[in-house]
Amino acid sequence: MTLIFPLLSLFIWLPIIGGIGLLTLKNKNQESLSRGLALIIALISLGLCIPLIVGFDSGTAAMQWREQMPWIASLGIHYALGVDGFSVPLIVLTCFMTLLVVLASMVSVKDRIQQYLAAFLIMQGLMCGAFVALDAILFYTFWEAMLVPMFLIIGMWGGKNRIYATIKFFLYTFLGSVLLLIAIIYLNITARKMGLAYDQVFNILAFHNLPLSLIEQKWLFIAFLIAFAVKIPMFPVHTWLPDAHVEAPTGGSVILAAILLKMGGYGFLRFILPITPDASFTFATGIIGLSLIAIVYIALVTLVQTDMKKLIAYSSISHMGFVTLGLFIVFGILLSSKDPSSAVIGIDGAMVQMISHGFVSAALFLCVGVLYDRMHSRQIKDFGGVVNTMPAFAAFFMLFALANVGLPGTSGFVGEFLVILGAFKAQFWLAVLAGTTLILGASYTLWMVKRVVFGAVGSVAVGSLKDLNPIEIMMFVLLGLAILWLGLWPAPLLELMHASSNHLIEQLMQSKL
Amino acid sequence: MSLSSHEFYLVVPEIWIAAMASLILIVDLYLTEKTRWITYFLSQITLIGAFYFTWVLWGQGPKTAFYETFILDNIGTLLKMVIFVFGFFVFMYSRKYLEEHNSNRGEYFVLCLFSILGMMVLVSARSFLTLYLGLELFALPLYALVAFVRVETLSRGLSQVLSHETGAEAAMKYFIMGAMASGMLLYGVSLLYGVTGSFGIAEISSFLTQETEVPLAVLFGLMFILVGLAFKFGAVPFHMWIPDVYQGAPTAVTLFISTLPKLAGFGMAIRILLDTFHALSPHWQELMIIMAILSMAVGNIAAIAQSNLKRMLAYSTIAHMGFLFLGLLAGPESGYAAALVYVIIYALMALGAFGIIIALSYRGFEFENIEDFKGLAKREPWIALMMMFILLSLTGIPPFAGFYAKFLVLNALIHAGYVWLAAVAVLFSVIGAYYYLRVIKVMFFDEPKETLPLQYQKVSKSGVALVAVNGFSVLLLGIFPAFIFDLAVSAFVR
Repeated sequence: MTLIFPLLSLFIWLPIIGGIGLLTLKNKNQESLSRGLALIIALISLGLCIPLIVGFDSGTAAMQWREQMPWIASLGIHYALGVDGFSVPLIVLTCFMTLLVVLASMVSVKDRIQQYLAAFLIMQGLMCGAFVALDAILFYTFWEAMLVPMFLIIGMWGGKNRIYATIKFFLYTFLGSVLLLIAIIYLNITARKMGLAYDQVFNILAFHNLPLSLIEQKWLFIAFLIAFAVKIPMFPVHTWLPDAHVEAPTGGSVILAAILLKMGGYGFLRFILPITPDASFTFATGIIGLSLIAIVYIALVTLVQTDMKKLIAYSSISHMGFVTLGLFIVFGILLSSKDPSSAVIGIDGAMVQMISHGFVSAALFLCVGVLYDRMHSRQIKDFGGVVNTMPAFAAFFMLFALANVGLPGTSGFVGEFLVILGAFKAQFWLAVLAGTTLILGASYTLWMVKRVVFGAVGSVAVGSLKDLNPIEIMMFVLLGLAILWLGLWPAPLLELMHASSNHLIEQLMQSKL
Repeated sequence: MSLSSHEFYLVVPEIWIAAMASLILIVDLYLTEKTRWITYFLSQITLIGAFYFTWVLWGQGPKTAFYETFILDNIGTLLKMVIFVFGFFVFMYSRKYLEEHNSNRGEYFVLCLFSILGMMVLVSARSFLTLYLGLELFALPLYALVAFVRVETLSRGLSQVLSHETGAEAAMKYFIMGAMASGMLLYGVSLLYGVTGSFGIAEISSFLTQETEVPLAVLFGLMFILVGLAFKFGAVPFHMWIPDVYQGAPTAVTLFISTLPKLAGFGMAIRILLDTFHALSPHWQELMIIMAILSMAVGNIAAIAQSNLKRMLAYSTIAHMGFLFLGLLAGPESGYAAALVYVIIYALMALGAFGIIIALSYRGFEFENIEDFKGLAKREPWIALMMMFILLSLTGIPPFAGFYAKFLVLNALIHAGYVWLAAVAVLFSVIGAYYYLRVIKVMFFDEPKETLPLQYQKVSKSGVALVAVNGFSVLLLGIFPAFIFDLAVSAFVR
């Protein structure tokens, strides 16, 4: 056995141990020390992404950087890690976003900074853990444990109505995920009945190859769907998201929108589609319908929001509708064209949409955070004419808003375009419906920008606003570069996950019955 | 047939505890308030010694003694050792509480030791006579302990006068309920005796396996015995005493009642369900399913409405006992081992939760209302963090130990084919999450109360250390749960 450098373990444990270390620091006098330490840890984590990508062979769909050792040996539960083309971009996104949150906290968080940074670092480790876990119980552990820091972040540093929002968030997602546990145990028992080797009985990849009857698949599909649909969130189980977003501190909103929602999409890629392909095919119409409702109806709801954070939260739900649409439109393409190479466009589109939405929504939440730090308001009506006092901010805000709209050249365009193209191949009218978002999205986003940024100076307070400080400019430049890079040259990302997407399509075409 | 000295060798731990408890009772008479620590010290020595003597006997089973009335096997030995460990920690927590509540008397330790002796007899029973003897010996000292003088001098206004009486009321309730449970159990045993002509567990068990058609009287007997068992666990509908006793008893006693008797009760369940009535498992499983669902429903829902933390934890106990029943009914392959892990981890969490109440209470002030915990994270960050660990563990959130306990039970349950029951169980644990979260919310998100009655005292360093050991063990057992599971599995190897 060759000794492999435990890179993936580092992604998990470095931030967690660092976070615990921060907790031991005294509250007074050591604030700058803790900020510095958190920044260093976040930078190292992001730096670790370089060997991860360089050492990653994008020519194969097999898991790489694998680590495995027994954890609860007598039950066959292992500490098994590995990455493929779907997890690598999400890990990079996680590390990037945590760095941004640490940067953003430099100016905006004053209260209990050690605990704040520690919560986010621990959160980062847990999220990376969920993205790299190959053992179902290990995945579930990270998936559930993640709720705790987020619960505390919203509850301790949130807004006025934070307690309602955080308990709703926790209970909603907890309710969703308990059935996931039952599904995992059921799969484990099936695997044991099949006589799989003992290091395979909880392995997610082994679950992919289990033969399951249609009725079993349907039940498993429903159990998985409840867990992942709440997280993404899909209509009609989305109601926790606006509350959580509005009350969360800026950093919480960023992580929630950029990474936590992606957990749901990742769950679809890793669990639902490969484990229950036939049930997915059966239910595809329903999921596509729900996605379209999210895209169109939620976009209409977004139009009438008066709170900027709520507006972005609803727009997130609408955008995540594209992810589920892209994942399930694959079945439509396969039905109409029988061509696997064109079906891959749905998966690719969903994945790009996830990454892009991570950048764009995070950027928008940070923008709102910048305004909130200065004005202590998120109401659109309190602003107006911000461009007069904050020209630099206005420029960035405009860029991010355009990315949210899906302007060609920004990352938002690529994902939506791919998904709509896929919908076109499946069914013309699906594409038309999905395409309305380009109009609706433009309306709500640009209307908000118009009311907040342009026009005459709305109030005395707006008149005395100070423009961005260097740290904020740095954050926005980083985000702007990422958005433009992904929009102008998405090929590296598509290349990275190409093999995994193709592999998934093969799995989908192969009936388990 | 005569007794050989070898048979006495098997009961050395029991003899040791009985002798030491009697000795402590006498020694304590000659001690003054200043030298009272000797009682505490001797009690701990007793437990450590008993642990050692039991440790030596590990793996030497199964052997019976005293005309097939006593059995030494791994499950009994393991339970005894766990009981000693928990007893050790209960004494450590209680010491400070007793001193500060003017009840620093040797009786507490002596009564606890006698109760522990009863538990040891109970978990080693090979005959229903021994079982009953152990049950009564473990329960009687507890009735006295619940009424243990609680001289509340400066408590909350009016309630200071009442607190003495709540202890007495709780003890009365406990005694009457307990006596009724014993009566039920005895009646069931007498029916069994009528049919089989024996009290011996081995004889009854072999009678039941040979019989193709089960006599109605045996089923009746089984029913009554199950009722007695359910009383001891506090499963719905036999749960009424739990909230009153948990709330009314001095916290040091609640701590004892909420941990050790659960372990002993598990031993009793094994002796009855597995050793005796294994052949009738389809019959008792149905009853257990109903009781389990009711317990989870009543426990979790009633707990939401509580404002007193001790009472809330009492209802949460009821819900957890429902979960434990699920493990017991999941059958022999992995269910009993899962239930054993569950009960040990539950005891650890209950120890921590009540231990924290004890650690925070100070002279004349019981830290038992949920609103007392307001803003605890600002005043006692470590204690609040540990309390959060324990509450999350009770909820069943990984990576805390409580999750793995729940996971093992669910695993066994689904393996036995009860997928729907597992789904019901997890849905109830979502309801349970609400009231645990509420306490976390109070500790972390609320501002501290302006004034606490009396002079607020910070928790001593040693108190924090003890709570930290408890809290981190909940976390570490969650991160490395393998060994406890392997231990539980090996306990059931015959």
